[in-house]
Amino acid sequence: MIGTLLSGDLPRSRILTALLVVIFLGLALAPFLFPGVRSVDTAARISIFIVLVASYDLLLGYAGIVSFAHTMFFGIGAYGVALTLQAMGRGWDAVLIGTLAGAGTAAAIALVIGLFSLRVRAIFFAMITLAVASAVGVLVSQLSGLTGGEDGLNIQIPRELTPAFKFGGELWGVKLNGKLLAYYLVFGTALVLFLLMLRIVNSPFGRTLLAVRENDFRAEAIGYPVVRYRTAATCLSAAIAALAGALYALWLRYVGPETVLSMELMIDILLMVVIGGMGTIWGAVIGATLFVIAQNYLQEVMGWASAATEGVPLLPNLLDPDRWLLWLGLLFVLSVYFFPAGIVGRLRAGKWNDPK
Amino acid sequence: MTLLETRDLTVRFGGHVAVDAVTCAFKAGELTAIVGPNGAGKTTYFNLISGQIPATAGEVLLVGKSLAGLSVSARARAGIGRAFQLTNLFPNLSVRENLRLVMQQKAGIGFAMFSTASAHRAVLERANEVLKTVRLAQKAEFLVKELSHGDQRKLEVGMLIALDPKVYMFDEPTAGMSADEAPVVLDLIRDLKARPDRAILLVEHKMDVIARLADRIIVLHNGALVDDGPPAEVIASDVVQEAYMGKALDLV
Ligand SMILES: Nc1ncnc2c1ncn2[C@@H]1O[C@H](COP(=O)(O)OP(=O)(O)OP(=O)(O)O)[C@@H](O)[C@H]1O
Ligand SMILES: [Mg+2]
Repeated sequence: MIGTLLSGDLPRSRILTALLVVIFLGLALAPFLFPGVRSVDTAARISIFIVLVASYDLLLGYAGIVSFAHTMFFGIGAYGVALTLQAMGRGWDAVLIGTLAGAGTAAAIALVIGLFSLRVRAIFFAMITLAVASAVGVLVSQLSGLTGGEDGLNIQIPRELTPAFKFGGELWGVKLNGKLLAYYLVFGTALVLFLLMLRIVNSPFGRTLLAVRENDFRAEAIGYPVVRYRTAATCLSAAIAALAGALYALWLRYVGPETVLSMELMIDILLMVVIGGMGTIWGAVIGATLFVIAQNYLQEVMGWASAATEGVPLLPNLLDPDRWLLWLGLLFVLSVYFFPAGIVGRLRAGKWNDPK
Repeated sequence: MTLLETRDLTVRFGGHVAVDAVTCAFKAGELTAIVGPNGAGKTTYFNLISGQIPATAGEVLLVGKSLAGLSVSARARAGIGRAFQLTNLFPNLSVRENLRLVMQQKAGIGFAMFSTASAHRAVLERANEVLKTVRLAQKAEFLVKELSHGDQRKLEVGMLIALDPKVYMFDEPTAGMSADEAPVVLDLIRDLKARPDRAILLVEHKMDVIARLADRIIVLHNGALVDDGPPAEVIASDVVQEAYMGKALDLV
């Protein structure tokens, strides 16, 4: 049963299994285990980023395609829902139509980029995605009448997803309101999308992508039309990124270029893939969880550390919360240096491995 | 019946004519050895047939139909199969997975996304059969890059046997194999000869192998087809004596 749900792609390492179970339970029960606006917000972001990072790994790790347009697809999903909600009012129909329109648009743009540039060399595709993504970024900023420009848009989501909506009193001290529903909408959708991707990478299609990544020349020679497979992977990955974007917009009740379209976000995604481990969807879970937690809490941890080391020369200064970005960078460099195959790759190769 | 035909097939690289107006037909049930000195254009001739290189002029016909404009993968699906002179496999995938990928393509399920690959038992079974055929069943779980050169050559041939095309093209299948390993591959090719509906093209330097296996020999020299006939005649001919026997004598 669990094997089927996970498409037979088990973690294959006890430590990894333990970590994944902890993350799963933590996210599934976040509103009850870690009540508080900020921690629940962190859990929702982790859920969404797992999907976003996994969809990028589908492209980079499985199909071996380097794209810089992934945040663009994420943004298209987010703006799709936002603009539709703005035009149609705060109904579920608008959510559904906006989400599907966003995913459809993302897939269509991916198809065009793919057909134009995947035939040519890989570097060309990467450059085209970079150009298109920058162009879309500029366009969104310029069309401020429609998109709110740099300021972005606050959006009205269905009432059932807002704190004002109450259904009953409390459960284990947690208020049963729309925000709780919104969290479980995010978590549930993310879970379904994640399991779907786990299935896809273990399907005949996923295996073909691996073959194309390994040796596209031979894949073609045994009868696989390589360009079509690459294009399909690009479209699929774009559509799933857009779905993640739609979830993000609904959760934040806001979209803006900084939040969903920026190059920094693209780099964050790359880092999460690399830290977790490329070419395994499980890597997305570990990478996204560590990254989002570090991003949200490293500053605080450093604040405590700085206070605790008061009196020691130099240390409090180094640990000053203002230097958190430096430490984050250092953590990445170290993790990539010590785990070139990512954390999942390291754990699977470890001596506590379950036999295959 | 003629399975494969090339008409005035030509390719030029800059000023150099690597394959020069080669017109030749290959019949079902026939094994044709293609010989010629290094650089004669044998591999390039294969590249033109399987579509890796576009022809400058001329055409390739499979069962009477022109393959012009068809991609490499479309030609492979149509029945042109190729094993490479330089081993060209999926190095980080297992031996079984290499063969399973071929079977998966043949089953036409490459785009299936919602079933797991391992759920397609029949595809896996067929891959396992080829594993046995090429004597690699013991090494099914090895990554290809962990195999010895000889075993990689066996798998290279196995990939083609798995594809089971109408036209088999082998490019020096035993190159670099040890004397006790090569017969395994040659036996596999001999077994294929029993198939009356397949044509086999074999590029090979070793004259003893050719004499044993071939129904016919064609000779390429500077890209042009200079001789074509039964093995005994061609081997005795002046062209081959001149261009080839020096090399062949070393090997006998
Ligand atoms: N892509 C290419 N671009 C330019 N020249 C090429 C190309 N491919 C082959 N050639 C040239 O065409 C000629 C024929 O080469 P080919 O590899 O077909 O010879 P061959 O008969 O297979 O030789 P060998 O016995 O060494 O394998 C050689 O002179 C080679 O340098
Ligand atoms: Mg050659």
